[in-house]
Amino acid sequence: MSHEDSPLGAGRALGAPAERREGHLKVTGRARYAAEHPMPERAHAWPVPATVARGRVTAVDVEEALRLPGVLTVLTHENAPRVAEPDDPTLAVLQDPRVPHRGWYVALVVAETLEAARAAAAAVRVEYAVEDHDVTLTADHPEAYEPENVNGEHPTRREHGRPGGADAAARVDVVYEVPPLHNHPMEPHASTAHWDQGHLTVYCSSQGGTTVRDTLAALFEMDGEHITVIAEHVGGGFGSKGTPRPDVVLAAMAARVSGRPVTVAFPRSHLAAVVGHRAPTLHRVGLAAAADGRLTSLSHEITTHTSRVKEFVEQAAVPARVMYGAPHHLTVHRVVRLDVPTPSWMRAPGEAPGMYALESAVDELATALGRDPVELRIVNEPEREPDSGKPFSSRHVVDCLREGARRFGWDARDSRPRSRAEGPLLIGTGVASATYPVLVSPSTAQARALPDGGFVVRVNATDIGTGARTVLAQVAADALGVPLARVRTEVGSSDLPAAPLAGGSSGTASWGWAVHQACTALAAKLADHPGSLPDEGISADADTTGTADADSPYARHAFGAHFAEVAVDTVTGEVRVRRLLGVYAAGRILNARTARSQFVGGMVMGLGMALTEHSTMDAAFGDFAESDLASYHVPAHADVSGVEAHWIEEDDPHLNPMGSKGVGEIGIVGSAAAIGNAVYHATGVRFRALPLTPDKVLTALTG
Amino acid sequence: MKPFAYVRAADVDEATRAFAAHPGARYLGGGTNLVDLMKLGVEQPSALIDVSRLPLDAVEERDDGSLRVGAAVRNSDLAAHPLVRDRYPVLSQALLAGASGQLRNAATTGGNLLQRTRCPYFQDLSKPCNKRAPGSGCGALDGVHRDHAVLGHSEHCVATHPSDMAVALAALDARVELHGEQGPRDVPVGAFHRLPGDRPEQDTVIRPGELITSVVLPAARAGLPSAYRKARDRASYAFALASVAVVLRVSEGTVADVGIAFGALAHRPWRAERAEEALRGGPATPAAFARAVDLELAAARPLRDNAYKVPLARNIAVDVLTRLAPGAAT
Repeated sequence: MSHEDSPLGAGRALGAPAERREGHLKVTGRARYAAEHPMPERAHAWPVPATVARGRVTAVDVEEALRLPGVLTVLTHENAPRVAEPDDPTLAVLQDPRVPHRGWYVALVVAETLEAARAAAAAVRVEYAVEDHDVTLTADHPEAYEPENVNGEHPTRREHGRPGGADAAARVDVVYEVPPLHNHPMEPHASTAHWDQGHLTVYCSSQGGTTVRDTLAALFEMDGEHITVIAEHVGGGFGSKGTPRPDVVLAAMAARVSGRPVTVAFPRSHLAAVVGHRAPTLHRVGLAAAADGRLTSLSHEITTHTSRVKEFVEQAAVPARVMYGAPHHLTVHRVVRLDVPTPSWMRAPGEAPGMYALESAVDELATALGRDPVELRIVNEPEREPDSGKPFSSRHVVDCLREGARRFGWDARDSRPRSRAEGPLLIGTGVASATYPVLVSPSTAQARALPDGGFVVRVNATDIGTGARTVLAQVAADALGVPLARVRTEVGSSDLPAAPLAGGSSGTASWGWAVHQACTALAAKLADHPGSLPDEGISADADTTGTADADSPYARHAFGAHFAEVAVDTVTGEVRVRRLLGVYAAGRILNARTARSQFVGGMVMGLGMALTEHSTMDAAFGDFAESDLASYHVPAHADVSGVEAHWIEEDDPHLNPMGSKGVGEIGIVGSAAAIGNAVYHATGVRFRALPLTPDKVLTALTG
Repeated sequence: MKPFAYVRAADVDEATRAFAAHPGARYLGGGTNLVDLMKLGVEQPSALIDVSRLPLDAVEERDDGSLRVGAAVRNSDLAAHPLVRDRYPVLSQALLAGASGQLRNAATTGGNLLQRTRCPYFQDLSKPCNKRAPGSGCGALDGVHRDHAVLGHSEHCVATHPSDMAVALAALDARVELHGEQGPRDVPVGAFHRLPGDRPEQDTVIRPGELITSVVLPAARAGLPSAYRKARDRASYAFALASVAVVLRVSEGTVADVGIAFGALAHRPWRAERAEEALRGGPATPAAFARAVDLELAAARPLRDNAYKVPLARNIAVDVLTRLAPGAAT
């Protein structure tokens, strides 16, 4: 789509690689994060995690803690402020003595300094009535059940056709395993809360301040107008800050009880238990195909875990409903409630683990059929969305595969496994497709024209490191038909017009839609207002309720393709990615620079999922063994070389006024499968449990 | 918080006196491990005796051709030192394989030797650990132990020593120089760290109050072919799954001198004395290397989930020996 055809008119800002506006503040250390708001009399709090996997608190002895210097108070379930029952039960902290999992908070120490709070937290003595626990997920767990629905409100089970229909030329029936994973954003979860004459102000590291405000209003039974939530800069979240976490509730409680501003900053070592994780998923994938490669049946069955606190079900079978059709098509989820920490969103929940398994199985099918895996995918390209039967608003996965194959040099590939060696290194290449849904929520926004020729766009968007404030300025500039430099964006405060969270790759579409609408309305007002503006300027408000959330007759998804080249060291079993190339079709790309960062970031996280990242449930103790960034291995710079992200410009009129799809998550979808498929091609060994660490790979290679 | 005294010593005597004057004191070098452990509550010293600014920050060549490395020399500086790079490449490689650039800039030679295990049970006060709390049990023995020991462990402790540097020092036959109340003494690096036995709380043979003043790299192994290889989960900033340091001198196809040490297999850098003995005076061939390494690793007793370490250690050792032996690589 050329800019001339753009629904935004004559603007030139959208699509440009505009630099992020807060970049200088961040690299010079002046950007303030949630725990970095010193205030007079500010106190610090340190939570006390439960040290049993299941049971009840029978006694809390705080005497010793209270005697330590600088300690202000200790909150427990016996004395903490009562809050209304939250929609999210993980926020009902210090409300009752039950311990649903190890690491659940049982007390909070408030003190003059962080160090005093930490030392006193260690001095709190908690006694428990311990019950037997079960934290081990198995595919045949007797308590597994099919939930009513899964994350995203998708149905648990969908089935079309009947099994055992057409004769198949080839079948695969295989199991895959994705371990628990943790988001581990650079900035751990933190909140600073302050009550002043009945008004609660909270600096919160969150992906959505409006949600935080509404949640606090419900919990503390107050009017949202009396709460301000500020999230000006957020050091990543990857889903784990999508909704409020216990830090903000504890900070508000502690500030109310102590009468002082209080900061609660969770230590890294607590995060694994209290802010969510990607639940482990056990996959069984069955594929059958006729000699021409067309699928005759597809089944994707998931078993996963959730906690005793609430039901969260990773929707890992859902992408199969989008990707491929088959006369018999079954997708189903089962979940087991265990005494484990509560899982939640992690970048591309559902799609990331689901497409790892599905796209690995497609690769296995290609091997079984003796067909090229790119061509096998193209043969199975559906006309309409297989599950819903809806037409796609746009779907260019085939173009992504072909463009990726061309850029990657796929045609030169010798398809035979273990056909390429460099000394002790086995070299292989692999491919996988990617998909992520187009999500969008209603938002409000305000645009104001000032007498000095400048414009201010106000929306409670959250910039979690994506460049949101920059892209929204670009949206506004084009809608107003003015240079980008004249537009200022105000985001990150609940005193701004309400907006949905930065999650589900929906932020830019949701906020941008409202910004576009406000700016379009403002432009019309300005056209009717010749001459100078009043001192306060002229403003226009927008609310996309009813439009942004209107049902679409189209199936709307972004698509992509990943290509990977790996080197597997037969001496050590170490797998290193040499090249990782993604091609995406995600509507109109609104900022080439920040979009590329999102794609590349997702791919690197997919690399971590494939090779290095895992959390190990300690069956005896009921917690995850990896509690810091030295043991939870996100890829380091040395792991990441040759990463390229490209895209195909799509012209899709069925999306939003900008014509964009989300770009925040698709990079992690399928990238792990491409790497796993490359490892198979390199070694001839099919690994089906992530991550592909040297212990597993070497053991298989030395057989 | 638990208050502690901070003493900056001007010389070694002052440091050891200050240590003696503060029961429960710890020496502070780069602090890259000790400070973390203080935050976790694993270490609760009454005083930190800062020895990072003692005049122990030089690498000196001595008349006998050996190198004396001051205990306060930073890991980055040691790795980059021209004489180290030239004469003891295995040490430079091992240092650069460890931690991250920022950590190496802070960490000291003495502190690196005295770093504690990264066993998760050791670092978590809510779990049993005989090393941290003698008699409390070992959480790793039947727990999460993929990264733990396969050699020399006991029912009381299966932790590994995390250092890369110390593995190279062991292979080089380096010596640790100590200064304590009873004056100076020195100990071979290979005998400096202990096996856990029934006293896993004791990592080393260091006596209370003794301070590492330097490490001496012997002239006998200067300039010999040497190399370090580390296998790990990610390409940098990860502790070893297994590592090996090798020093090898081959004369006319025969092994004239050899030093081999493994990392991440045991509670201390594992000097492969059996393998060395088997190789010395014998042919420098891949087959001989494999036989010798197998002999050494025959003593391995893997735990439930770490049997992979045995073939891994074998492979990297044979690989490095073969690469260092002239003409042995095919």
